[in-house]
Amino acid sequence: MDELAATMTGFARTLRAAGVAADHERTQNLLRALDHLDVCDPGEVYWAGRLTLCAGPDDLPRYDRCFAAYFGGRKAALQRTATTSVTRHLAERQGDGGTGDDDGTPAAATASRIEVLRHRDVARLTEAERAEVHRMMALLKGGRARRRSRRFESAHRGDLDQRRTIRDALRKGEVARLRHRRHTTRPRTVVMFVDVSGSMAPYAETLLRFAHALVRSEPRATRVYSAGTRLTPITAELRHRDPGTALNEVSKVIPDWSGGTRLGEELKEYLARFSARGAIVLIASDGWERGDPELLGTQLARLARQAYRVIWVNPHKGYADYQPLTGGMRAALPYLDDLVAGHSLAAFEQLSERLAHA
Amino acid sequence: MDIESPEKLIELLDRHAYLADEGLATAAFLALRMGRPLFLEGEAGVGKTELAKTLAALLKAPLIRLQCYEGLDAAQALYDWDFARQLLHLKAAEAAGITDVSRLEGEIYDRRFLIARPLLKAIETQPSVLLVDEIDRADDEFEAFLLEVLSDFTISIPELGTVRARTPPVVVVTSNRTREVHDALKRRCLYHWLEHPDFDREVAILLRRLPGCTETLAMQVARAAERLRQADLVKPPGVAETLDWTEALLTLGAKELDPGRAAATLGAALKYREDVAAVIGNGLLSHG
Repeated sequence: MDELAATMTGFARTLRAAGVAADHERTQNLLRALDHLDVCDPGEVYWAGRLTLCAGPDDLPRYDRCFAAYFGGRKAALQRTATTSVTRHLAERQGDGGTGDDDGTPAAATASRIEVLRHRDVARLTEAERAEVHRMMALLKGGRARRRSRRFESAHRGDLDQRRTIRDALRKGEVARLRHRRHTTRPRTVVMFVDVSGSMAPYAETLLRFAHALVRSEPRATRVYSAGTRLTPITAELRHRDPGTALNEVSKVIPDWSGGTRLGEELKEYLARFSARGAIVLIASDGWERGDPELLGTQLARLARQAYRVIWVNPHKGYADYQPLTGGMRAALPYLDDLVAGHSLAAFEQLSERLAHA
Repeated sequence: MDIESPEKLIELLDRHAYLADEGLATAAFLALRMGRPLFLEGEAGVGKTELAKTLAALLKAPLIRLQCYEGLDAAQALYDWDFARQLLHLKAAEAAGITDVSRLEGEIYDRRFLIARPLLKAIETQPSVLLVDEIDRADDEFEAFLLEVLSDFTISIPELGTVRARTPPVVVVTSNRTREVHDALKRRCLYHWLEHPDFDREVAILLRRLPGCTETLAMQVARAAERLRQADLVKPPGVAETLDWTEALLTLGAKELDPGRAAATLGAALKYREDVAAVIGNGLLSHG
């Protein structure tokens, strides 16, 4: 690699550390652009980099900072930003010891009649009652709203299928009848984030069982991530037919049970790597954000622009006196299409119904 | 046309009354040199579409415009068969007693029955400027499809074969960022975020575009526009709107921006009733 290429690759690496998606292909574009420009002119180098390495207005201030630092000869300062995410995880491990799986207030209810159980807060059930609710959960009808696809199928009514009409006519030697067509449909993708931090511990299992039901009903149109201090994809684990096995598998891959919540950071990571385009996004969390609420707000704004609907599932929403007052919840609220309850079987039945008609 | 540097392009654009800064000129210069699409993002009215029109004028190439909207599909963007004429042709053949299917087929899928939509038209026209306007309004599936066409500038038509551009068209893709566009598409393009012009540039644009405009009036309108853009309006005025506004003032014979005339012509700059009300209510027009 010649010196220019090495310098520019280093610059791209600095940008990546600062959160700009300056990947290999973009770096190659930069080198190609520099073929046409004067590499000794800082202005032209600045623009060549900005035009090829950035992908949105959010990138621009970071780009300016990195450009000044890197070409101003202060590389060391920038490399430090690359290690912050590691130290953050370490720091996070020490905070918030977690409250365990059960909050230890077994309800005195003896009746295990389903009608009663349906509306009860799962965090206040006995083991046996919760098991009953979870069995019901596996039976949730997993309907899913459908979206129009770009494909067509032939139909008796609908738009005229011109191609098929002509083909028919050719074959028969005359225009015998008109053919019609219509768009096929496909299920909308659901992307679900399950907060597994300490404050959500009483609800985590129920939420994961709900996620399991979603995955089972539409395996190819559901993606689930656990969120706490880091983002972990758990869709593959949830594909097991048996909910118990699935949850067992999930528990093996989630590294951060009962830590704090850094949903803002995690959504940012998600948006950098994946896309929720056209999807229904479910965020199951109580909104006790330990990161910067403002970051959570900006990430949700991005998510809302991509997604078809953003629905926040908050266990506490089930109570009449609930007010979305936590920093995270307040930052998120402007970007949500809906804030729904997620504390009882009835609440999940309603949510399931919503997904069928969203 | 050989354009040797971004500075030269600034000069050429200026001759067509488009005042570009260094960033935009470098972006357009590289798009021409590298044969890559230019992806322009920014609020409505900052001059994205206008750049495509000006590039077409200075390259003396036709501007082919694909206006995006929800539900836009391949048939509307690429090509379509002229169904009515195909049917007529079949009827005529039937009347003439022609029954040879393969011959009929060859006749029906002839180039003359093909209707070129913007993308095919741009690939067939040398040279041309293709404007894919407001890509953020199209469905996201359309982006993947567009990426394919913009990657190799070929379109394959099953009944006819592949159409390839001898020299790729100059492509300008615009987005108002109401929705995020696929990264894959952006990566294929040169990305430029276009801001509202600063005060000096806006004054220069007004003077350049409106010959009857005095410097005083241009400065007053530009300053008012600056204030309006900071005023948290539903739709802050873009350059297009300040131009309209100034033109309206000139039509009334204004040499200066007095509050009375400003209020009377405000509809040229602001397009929402609540914006007009807010601006007048807050006394934003009294210049200081």
